[in-house]
Amino acid sequence: MIELENVAYSYGGGELFSNVSLRLAPGSFHFLTGPSGAGKTTLLKLCYGELTATAGHVRLFGINRRTIDRDQISDVRRRVGVVHQDCQFLDHLSVAENVALPLTVAGRADEAGDYLEDLLAWVGLTQQAGQLPPELSGGERQRAALARAVIMSPEMVIADEPTGNVDWEMSQRLIKLLVELNRMGKSVLVATHDMNLIRATKAQVQARVLRLKGGRLQMAGSDL
Amino acid sequence: MKINIGRMLSLLAGDPQADRAVPPTGFTARLTVFTSGAMAFLAVFALALSLATGRLAERWASELAQTSTLRISAPEDQLDAQTKAALRVLEQTPGVAEARELSDDEQRALLEPWFGPDIPVESLPIPRLIEIVETSDGMDATGLRARLQAEVPGAILDDHTRWREPLVAAASRLRLLGMVAIVLILAAMGAMITLAAQAALSANAQVVRVMRLVGARDAYIAGAFVRRFTLRALSGATGGTLLGVLAVTLLPSSDVAAGFLTGLGFQGTGWLWPLVIPPLAAIIAFGATRNAALRNLRNQS
Repeated sequence: MIELENVAYSYGGGELFSNVSLRLAPGSFHFLTGPSGAGKTTLLKLCYGELTATAGHVRLFGINRRTIDRDQISDVRRRVGVVHQDCQFLDHLSVAENVALPLTVAGRADEAGDYLEDLLAWVGLTQQAGQLPPELSGGERQRAALARAVIMSPEMVIADEPTGNVDWEMSQRLIKLLVELNRMGKSVLVATHDMNLIRATKAQVQARVLRLKGGRLQMAGSDL
Repeated sequence: MKINIGRMLSLLAGDPQADRAVPPTGFTARLTVFTSGAMAFLAVFALALSLATGRLAERWASELAQTSTLRISAPEDQLDAQTKAALRVLEQTPGVAEARELSDDEQRALLEPWFGPDIPVESLPIPRLIEIVETSDGMDATGLRARLQAEVPGAILDDHTRWREPLVAAASRLRLLGMVAIVLILAAMGAMITLAAQAALSANAQVVRVMRLVGARDAYIAGAFVRRFTLRALSGATGGTLLGVLAVTLLPSSDVAAGFLTGLGFQGTGWLWPLVIPPLAAIIAFGATRNAALRNLRNQS
């Protein structure tokens, strides 16, 4: 599905990481952890094509990132739902319109209908459907972002620190939604530095934990 | 840059969802409408100038090209004889359709602008004038001059070439200048709309980024901006053209005061030409905005 082979990424003259190899298979669940500034967000961006590796090969659904054109990047983003750290909403659109935005830009807005209502109910935002994003709490924004990430029925969901700005209870609720998605066959990749969240999730689903530290990606040990 | 008319029309039909995604930007909207209106207004005048000078050049070229004037200067006692001899020569000259001696009244009318209405033409030693109208094939002016020199020594043939050619050239250059002005006006409009579109794209950088992140293609994002700018340019140019045509209509009529400037305006099918300006402005806005949007998007991930 998504493969990274000996990938390196540098900027500003410094190398953020190198020799990173990773294969995200269908139905897998991965956590990506590591200290702040280690490059977790950058690695995620490589996985959905927002950035291009400075060395090595990234294959997105079998297509080499270096040879991919801009329309193909758009197609990749329709197959990978992304929950951004800062959610990235259009503040002049309602929550429902933001959640439906991937369908809208794909020219399939008329398909939203009942599915959109079900999705908003699934993330518990039925009441907030008509509100504007700035009116939502941190947890509600993350759940709205998750709903938007999955509205296209993507093959993979990538979440960048989805529980970074929410309390423990909301973190549990978000991770429960991600686990449900994984059980539906979606691949999930979550970047987080919340070890308690990882332990709690591993109790529910078979998840691999990757650690990005010192410019290298390693499989985490049994301490997790 | 290729403009696909089918794509342009489907774009103008619009996608309300895409329009919703991009918030309206008041400043660039007003700038585009104003610029298009002002440029269309100026384009109407440039068009009127170009068409008027075109008519003038054609009239001077066609009317004066087939006429000549024969001037007979001779002592008083020989004037009638030389005039008759000249008319006889002209009757025999191939290519002369008509030759007619101007009457005293006609000569007085010609001199009136310089000497006033009461000039005693009869008592003044002014030359006799014969107006010559040529056939469509024209006459041999050099041959005629040679024969007149032998038979009517006081006759001087003026086929108007000396002053007709510079006038026609000047009118043609004015027409060309009018066309150049139209091209410059449209180019300036394109440049202004490009700047406005770039300002709108910069103001909506976050919107564009989010749309890209959720899978929008460049053509979809560009379309939302292109449609707005095209319609704004079309509406602005329509208003500017209407005002321009109204202003041209209100110019003094050439019947009231004959002169070049009073002839500035449209005649006959020329009135249809201003109708071209609004769609042309829309096409320019379409191309300029699409180009600016796609270039801007290509610089983003």
